[in-house]
Amino acid sequence: MVDIALSGPRGPKPRKRFSRRNIFIYGTLIVVALYYLLPLYVMIITSVKGMPEIRLGNVFAPPVEITFEPWVKAWSEACTGLNCEGLSRGFWNSVRILIPSVIVSIAIASVNGYALANWRFKGADVFFTILIFGAFVPYQVMLYPIVILLREVGLYGSLTGLIIVHTIFGMPILTLLFRNYFTSIPEELFKAARVDGAGFWGIYFRIMLPMSLPIFVVAMILQVTGIWNDFLFGVVYTKPEYYPMTVQLNNIVNSVQGVKEYNVNMAATILTGLVPLVVYFISGKLFVRGIAAGAVKG
Amino acid sequence: MASVTIRELKKAYGTTQVMHGVDLDINDGEFVVFVGPSGCGKSTLLRMIAGLEEITDGTVAIGDSVVNDVAPSKRGVAMVFQTYALYPHMTVYKNMSFGLKQAKTPADEIDRRVKAAAEVLQITDYLSRSPRNLSGGQRQRVAIGRAIVRDPEVFLFDEPLSNLDAGLRVQTRLEIARLHERLGSTMIYVTHDQVEAMTLADKIVVLRDGRVEQVGSPIHLYEQPDNTFVAQFIGSPKMNFFEGSDIVGNASTDITGIRPEHLRETDAANAMVSGKLELIEQLGEYALVHLTTSSGAEFIAKMEHPPSVGKGDTLHFNASQQLIHKFDKQSGQRRT
Amino acid sequence: MAHAQRPSQLFRNLSAKIAAIPMIFTALVVFVGGTLWTITYSFTGSKLLPKKIFEWFDLFSIPVPSWIAKDGALDFSIPVGFVEKSFVGLKQYDRLWGENRWLISIENLFIYGICSLIFSLLIGFILAALLDQKIRFENTFRTILLYPFALSFIVTGLVWQWLLNPEFGVQSVIRDLGWSGFTFDPLYNAEIVIFGILFAGLWQGTGFIMCLMLAGLRGIDEDIWKAARVDGIPMWKTYIFIVIPMMRPVFITTLVIIAAGIVKVYDLVVAQTSGGPGIASEVPAKYVYDKMFQAQNLGQGFAASTMMLLSVMIVLIPWAYLEFGGKKKNG
Repeated sequence: MVDIALSGPRGPKPRKRFSRRNIFIYGTLIVVALYYLLPLYVMIITSVKGMPEIRLGNVFAPPVEITFEPWVKAWSEACTGLNCEGLSRGFWNSVRILIPSVIVSIAIASVNGYALANWRFKGADVFFTILIFGAFVPYQVMLYPIVILLREVGLYGSLTGLIIVHTIFGMPILTLLFRNYFTSIPEELFKAARVDGAGFWGIYFRIMLPMSLPIFVVAMILQVTGIWNDFLFGVVYTKPEYYPMTVQLNNIVNSVQGVKEYNVNMAATILTGLVPLVVYFISGKLFVRGIAAGAVKG
Repeated sequence: MASVTIRELKKAYGTTQVMHGVDLDINDGEFVVFVGPSGCGKSTLLRMIAGLEEITDGTVAIGDSVVNDVAPSKRGVAMVFQTYALYPHMTVYKNMSFGLKQAKTPADEIDRRVKAAAEVLQITDYLSRSPRNLSGGQRQRVAIGRAIVRDPEVFLFDEPLSNLDAGLRVQTRLEIARLHERLGSTMIYVTHDQVEAMTLADKIVVLRDGRVEQVGSPIHLYEQPDNTFVAQFIGSPKMNFFEGSDIVGNASTDITGIRPEHLRETDAANAMVSGKLELIEQLGEYALVHLTTSSGAEFIAKMEHPPSVGKGDTLHFNASQQLIHKFDKQSGQRRT
Repeated sequence: MAHAQRPSQLFRNLSAKIAAIPMIFTALVVFVGGTLWTITYSFTGSKLLPKKIFEWFDLFSIPVPSWIAKDGALDFSIPVGFVEKSFVGLKQYDRLWGENRWLISIENLFIYGICSLIFSLLIGFILAALLDQKIRFENTFRTILLYPFALSFIVTGLVWQWLLNPEFGVQSVIRDLGWSGFTFDPLYNAEIVIFGILFAGLWQGTGFIMCLMLAGLRGIDEDIWKAARVDGIPMWKTYIFIVIPMMRPVFITTLVIIAAGIVKVYDLVVAQTSGGPGIASEVPAKYVYDKMFQAQNLGQGFAASTMMLLSVMIVLIPWAYLEFGGKKKNG
């Protein structure tokens, strides 16, 4: 069966709007989309209900009476053990971890990627291969040796230690990302800059960096979500007073003491998810590009 | 301005040797073209002169000093790249001034030089534009401008015209020739296009597989090619080679070469070489006639008027004695 | 002409080498060194003293007295709290494989891994194929399907813990609708708890797989589709016999990414079930953490993490061989 339309001009063929095919495609996608949205919906409505209402109704029922008290409570009063300062402390801890970690990890990885892409030197590929393999090694294998390393230099339990850990574990994927991007920049530009007299740092700051802003944004998205969402490193390498938001959230929700306040728990959960969600919705296509570049090209 | 002297220059990537000891003298103010098929090492040689490629062995000297370990920017060279290599995030003005800024030239001096170069190349109007808003030809001018402002002793061109369309290529070629006349600097130019080589060069260097095949003026290479490779590389359509009994008076150890434009139609009695007509390419001004000899070898004759015979008919040709080239069949070297 | 003095090989590209020091340090010291260290110590009877004691000593900056270390002497050249015991051979591994909790962890990882691989690839590919039909609102759909990926496993686990809460969640809603005997409480049923976690894991990760698949589909030459249509090959056959084989590299890469991710599953379980009910939803990564940092049984932690490494290597080495070993041969 030869489709006549093929010999015609390019572009989508005029189709009936309600063909069986379309109903199937859109129907499936809408059902799936609703399924994906359901947890978000439940989180939000639960967080604005009062506890009596939660005990009576079901999780999907829209709130009869909207209250923001659970949010206030989650932010400033929720307890982990004996400590009742709410999530706010975790939030500020996460911010204090996030900002330097993102800056340091991207700065180091971008220079690494640049050195690998443009200044190939003997042995560089060997280290790079090890680095990429390292990305697949389960963190659990390296958890304890890093504890020891950090203890040796007196950084175990400190914020600086955690920042170093994030830099180390962000390095494989970020270096790959930057190396691939810098490799895709025409080599002649790099050579022209060398003839013009720019050196290693001159070319990096004056030529490569200004040309590569999109990839820096991609790396930032990748790191902000990754570091904000981290739980394992936070719990292993910091003291309780520095615990990031995810750890604190888990401690609040899964704390065995007291009556479970589901509305407060959900408010806390949304609060914790808010930063990566905002980054995701603002960055849109760049987010997709980031995760795809990080993954597929590997 | 300066001469360039290359001695025993070798280049290897790991165990693969790509340059096998090149010797070359380029005089002050000379326009030298490196030509050869892709992979012959011409771009590598240029980049070694520029300092962008490490030298495995041998020396490169610009003027009186060996520059093997001198940074590219300190060699007094400027380079124009095939893809122009303009910095996309800088305006034309910034592109042209970047090198001078790196060298910490005073701002008013930079401004004077950039404006002067822009004047010469007629790109003054574009100085504040970004490269992406320029046409291919305009970008090429900016790339040349960026080289001029550095006031280099040696200009290096790496296939600068191959990204331009045919019409612009001819025009830009003429401009480069004019530029050379005006500046009088030493210029080294890499191309795979023998027409560019013939029209621009004071001296052509033919390279193959990392070796120099012949050095000489365009007309010398055309008239006295040292070997079969140069003979076929210079001139278009390329030189016909005849072996064995295809041509009258050919020793069995020889190859006889005659350029298509030197074959004259004659009768069977005076013929040096005869062939069956295969195809006529009519180009208006002249016609290219494709033929095969009785042994099946193909050759081309360039004729002012296409023969009025049909396909499969035999045509006869001869050529004047001084236009016949003899090469050793084994080595491909010219017989004197 | 005199041959100019060459700078030594070491100082060529010096800036680049200096810039690469963090990378070299990470690759050699942390990744290689750390891994070897863990493997080595998995053959020892290493133990850790209770964390609390050390925190107490730290608090008052008192040096830890040697009597606390049960072996008699605490070597201060190794970090505080770490007690090295002698070589015990494969004893740790013997114990590991004799321990019920570890066996359950492995079984869970296996079930979770296989299901997660199959379902995320299948669903991911189907969704990508649907999105690839030049539909309207493609961006909206993609945004919705991918947003869970931006959320942490902790958030994911907690949401699903709530949704699957038998008193208020899905089970109670369906019971209220009339099926009073309906039972669906994976988080409280040891038999199916791992599927409760799988639900949450798929919800979080499938969008990402879909994006990878979509990128793969977009990478396929438009003309292939036209050629297939000219040849009269039905759409589903084109997918199965032409498109999927062409996407082999994408599938393999995706597979490796999913596999490496599965072995690391930790936060999700911690948040959703804390390994419960009982120890029914334990996973290896959690076993390692608990042994190292809660039970102070370092040797067990090292042995378990070495086993995790081994399982990743089983996936990774054949892949690396196919991906890079093959390429080298082709030049």
